[in-house]
Amino acid sequence: MTGTSDLDVAYVARLARINLTEDEAKIFQRQLDDVLKYVEKLRQVDVTGVDAAAHVLPVFNVVRADTPRDWFTPEQALSNAPRQASGLFIVPKVVE
Amino acid sequence: MTGNEVTAVSIADLQSLLRRREVSSREVINALRERIEAVDGDLGAYLSLDIEAAMKEAEHANVDLPLGGIPIAIKDIINVIGQPCTCASKILNGYRAPYDATVVQKLRAAGAIPFGKTNLDEFAMGSSTENSARKSTRNPWDPSRVPGGSSGGSAAAVAADEAFGALGSDTGGSIRQPAALCGVVGLKPTYGRVSRFGLVAFASSLDQVGPVTKTVRDAALIMNAIAGHDPQDSTSLNESAPDYVASLGNDLRGVRLGVPKEYMIEGIDPQVRAAIDAAVKQFNSLGAEIVEVSLPSTEYAVAVYYIIATAEASANLARFDGVRYGYRAENPKDVLDLYGRTREEGFGPEVKRRIILGTYVLSSGYYDAYYLRAQKVRELIRRDFASVFEKVDALISPTSPVAAFKLGERVADPLQMYLADIFTIAANLAGICGISIPCGFAEAGRTSSANRFAVVRQIAG
Repeated sequence: MTGTSDLDVAYVARLARINLTEDEAKIFQRQLDDVLKYVEKLRQVDVTGVDAAAHVLPVFNVVRADTPRDWFTPEQALSNAPRQASGLFIVPKVVE
Repeated sequence: MTGNEVTAVSIADLQSLLRRREVSSREVINALRERIEAVDGDLGAYLSLDIEAAMKEAEHANVDLPLGGIPIAIKDIINVIGQPCTCASKILNGYRAPYDATVVQKLRAAGAIPFGKTNLDEFAMGSSTENSARKSTRNPWDPSRVPGGSSGGSAAAVAADEAFGALGSDTGGSIRQPAALCGVVGLKPTYGRVSRFGLVAFASSLDQVGPVTKTVRDAALIMNAIAGHDPQDSTSLNESAPDYVASLGNDLRGVRLGVPKEYMIEGIDPQVRAAIDAAVKQFNSLGAEIVEVSLPSTEYAVAVYYIIATAEASANLARFDGVRYGYRAENPKDVLDLYGRTREEGFGPEVKRRIILGTYVLSSGYYDAYYLRAQKVRELIRRDFASVFEKVDALISPTSPVAAFKLGERVADPLQMYLADIFTIAANLAGICGISIPCGFAEAGRTSSANRFAVVRQIAG
């Protein structure tokens, strides 16, 4: 299902790993078509020769020494896990 | 002093009361607890409280420290060790923070007591706090109206004397706009000035943590505690922060204030317009020179923002997949089903919309037309500010084109909600700071505020 833009909400939602009901997809399609129509105005801007700004600070490639430091214990790292066992996060089988 | 008299004071005054031993830190916590019990059932500013933990800290509070013994409320998107950090989302149900954000560590080092987690739009996505999966917060001046958002809980708590001060986060106006709608002070610092380590990321090139307070002095007191370089945040500015308190009270004579003509547009509520005009006159009578300036790319700011912010959000929120923390869908048949249903059931509609839009603008075939173009227009917006700050020291404008609106009035139309962010969004895109200061009340208890963008030399220069 598509609307007035190229966006296919149901398809992109699958890419983003979000299941949607058909009703939800329909509503989002209309709402996001509106938003995409609004952002069309950026096409009017002359951006010839303008560099893209990823962010505003002249800060690049910040590195720190690769030294060990105190951080979470395994227990702390697992403290919010929905399922865990033997010090591991448990998920459904990934590979048959 | 009665409890209500205690909770009504500013942080600066509370500091004096504590130091003169006219009130103890324990009594302060008790007074806050009573105030919250009395009013928060109606307002819904807080999502969680741990009075016992606060009391324990109050017992050995060192009131000689800059914020010694002073409770500060924290937006529930900033990690406080041992406390929930839900981001007002179902997907973080049951999560308890295993560490303190740097800003929280810094508040503690200054003697403050992190006190309670405040409501917000889910993952800070919204302008009314109605996108909270937990509850709506109401505007203390008129409970039929929204407190603004996304830091609506922080702003309502401070306005209703349920907090002396609070931390919020601001990605497109989320500190300044709720501060404006609730009639309190809200400061978004310059990008990089305050660490985001421990702030749950929404849009990393835009997010900043900042204070919501009753007075400008209180905002300065909190900034003195939280500003500065943090090696744990690679975007944190490696420069020493100014003494914000020491720079208060300076003479306005010789200061040049710019009024951007693009910000005085039709569609501004006439009451907001009148309040801003009066504020500009007031600044002028105090010696500031008023200059009309132009920010020609203003009309593109909202469009740029909703491409860049959603793109970054779609990447940042990929971590919520039901594996390591928070909510997980029941009985998944395989790992894709686990992701798909966890995110379907865990995220609310606004978060889903933004992840989908962000995924789309970054997808192959659309990246150049949307994301790359938006980044280029963002650069033009940044240049607008850089050139204006060669002529003026700061800018003044309304924070929001409208005063507080009714609950439910705008939820069905996301685009209309987005358009109201017009005056705050450009500051995030350009990385400059902005402060919202109350300058009048609209009828029916709505408030409007001035939004003063201060000069940021390292960005303007």
